[in-house]
Amino acid sequence: MKGIITVLGADQVGIIAKVCAFLAGRGVNILDISQTIVRGYFSMLMIVDMSGQAFEDIAEGLDGLGRAIGVLIKLQHEDIFTTMHRI
Amino acid sequence: MISRLEIQETNQMIEESNLDVRTITMGVSLLDCAGPDAGEFNRKIYDKITRTAEHLVKTGDDISRQYGLPIVNKRVAVTPVALAAAGLLSGLSDTEDGLSRASEMYAEIARTLDRAASAVGVNFIGGYSALVQKGSTFSDRALIRSIPRALAGTERVCSCVNAGSTRSGLNMNAVRRMGRVILEMAELTKDRDALACAKFVVFCNAVEDNPFMAGAFHGAGERDAVINVGVSGPGVVKRALEQVRGADFETLCETIKKTAFKITRAGQLVAQEASKRLRVPFGIIDLSLAPTPAVGDSIAEILREMGLEQPGAPGTTAAVAILNDNVKKGGVMASSYVGGLSGAFIPVSEDHGMIEAARLGALTLEKLEAMTCVCSVGLDMVAVPGDTSAETLSGIIADEMAIGMINNKTTAVRIIPVPGKTVGDTAEFGGLLGRAPVMPVNSFGCGGFISRGGRIPPPIHSFRN
Repeated sequence: MKGIITVLGADQVGIIAKVCAFLAGRGVNILDISQTIVRGYFSMLMIVDMSGQAFEDIAEGLDGLGRAIGVLIKLQHEDIFTTMHRI
Repeated sequence: MISRLEIQETNQMIEESNLDVRTITMGVSLLDCAGPDAGEFNRKIYDKITRTAEHLVKTGDDISRQYGLPIVNKRVAVTPVALAAAGLLSGLSDTEDGLSRASEMYAEIARTLDRAASAVGVNFIGGYSALVQKGSTFSDRALIRSIPRALAGTERVCSCVNAGSTRSGLNMNAVRRMGRVILEMAELTKDRDALACAKFVVFCNAVEDNPFMAGAFHGAGERDAVINVGVSGPGVVKRALEQVRGADFETLCETIKKTAFKITRAGQLVAQEASKRLRVPFGIIDLSLAPTPAVGDSIAEILREMGLEQPGAPGTTAAVAILNDNVKKGGVMASSYVGGLSGAFIPVSEDHGMIEAARLGALTLEKLEAMTCVCSVGLDMVAVPGDTSAETLSGIIADEMAIGMINNKTTAVRIIPVPGKTVGDTAEFGGLLGRAPVMPVNSFGCGGFISRGGRIPPPIHSFRN
């Protein structure tokens, strides 16, 4: 099962590093990353492999990390996107 | 691979346009609880509901977190109580005294349902209902008599009465009774602007798998338990229409269809996941656009975006027809089983744009009635002066039922005569039920028509065999 992580917030040093370190610490493999700055806001999408992971724990951990560094981090099951946009 | 744009689109729908799943409603059959002993029956239905729906709220919350998609309500619908509890009345005679004792027993069942709903954490439980489209049993009459006290004395119990159908015609004895029942429950809850009336619906062609309150019940043709899901998303449709401002009707319709498809797919995903986790079969998706009082979650905003100055302006019925039809066309392809009411809801008190239109006088009862010819479901959450007579309420119900009967569609009336209030005042219900400006009612009488009694025969086109 794949998860989609979206990160949105004011740009600052070390957002990617902190998110990646958090995921590495929990053994979550990152499959794809794309990142851009939209009107001064940091916006990142990650696709991660959630097989064998406790979804709730990782989601809560990311939420807490986001609050600690002042950005919004959300983990969602990929099915919500594929269901809505693919027939 | 899913694209950045698609991910952004979905999350914008959720965060900025109020995309949500409006309700996961678990239908629970109470038929196997039937028996002659009232205490035993109450214990059995409490146990069955709390056992079957034990994990409903937590599962809904878990799914919501997994997909990042709000699931606003979790609810329970049960077998119409007038069917499930009929066996309790076997020792009572069909007299005034028997009826009075029977309605006492039924009011106790309402309290049991309320306790069960509270125990599993759902905000409403539907099914305190009777199906009397052709005639009423002793049990139906007892239940109808008990409705005002049952709804006034409970917090979460919802009730509906099916008073007509295309196949059976209109039970005008029941329609006449409904006017008095509504006034009685308004009086019992006059300190709360007749709140009990907001939990009661009169139907024509009621459906057995509707997940939306106040009219949800678990039909006799359903299995033991089932998961039905109601989708929503008027804000998403409105936002999509902003992108095609001024375009022709073909473009308008295409845009609604594509948006409805995406909304419904999200609902389908949630329904299947809930069904799997709860080990309860999936029933249907109800393709309804249901507004809330929040700005950006309104059917009226869609109508204005379509080019109307206010809902109620000439062109409104056509606009609602377009919206309703294209939501269905987009939605049916997105789900394997579509059912319930499936249409655009136009509850006045639950839609800030409708409230505004009613306050301005743009939206009248008569125009709302016309709109219900082309959309689901009927005169919904409409406040009228507290001195409206029972006959007039019955007349309004009869008109709405006739639209349903002749057009082979579901229609409903959820009307609130607000004691002590009149045109220009506002009734406050709070929460999702919102607030409603008291609307003027045609003051000419219909007592001679309503008092005739009996049944209006079904229309000629009901004979299809």
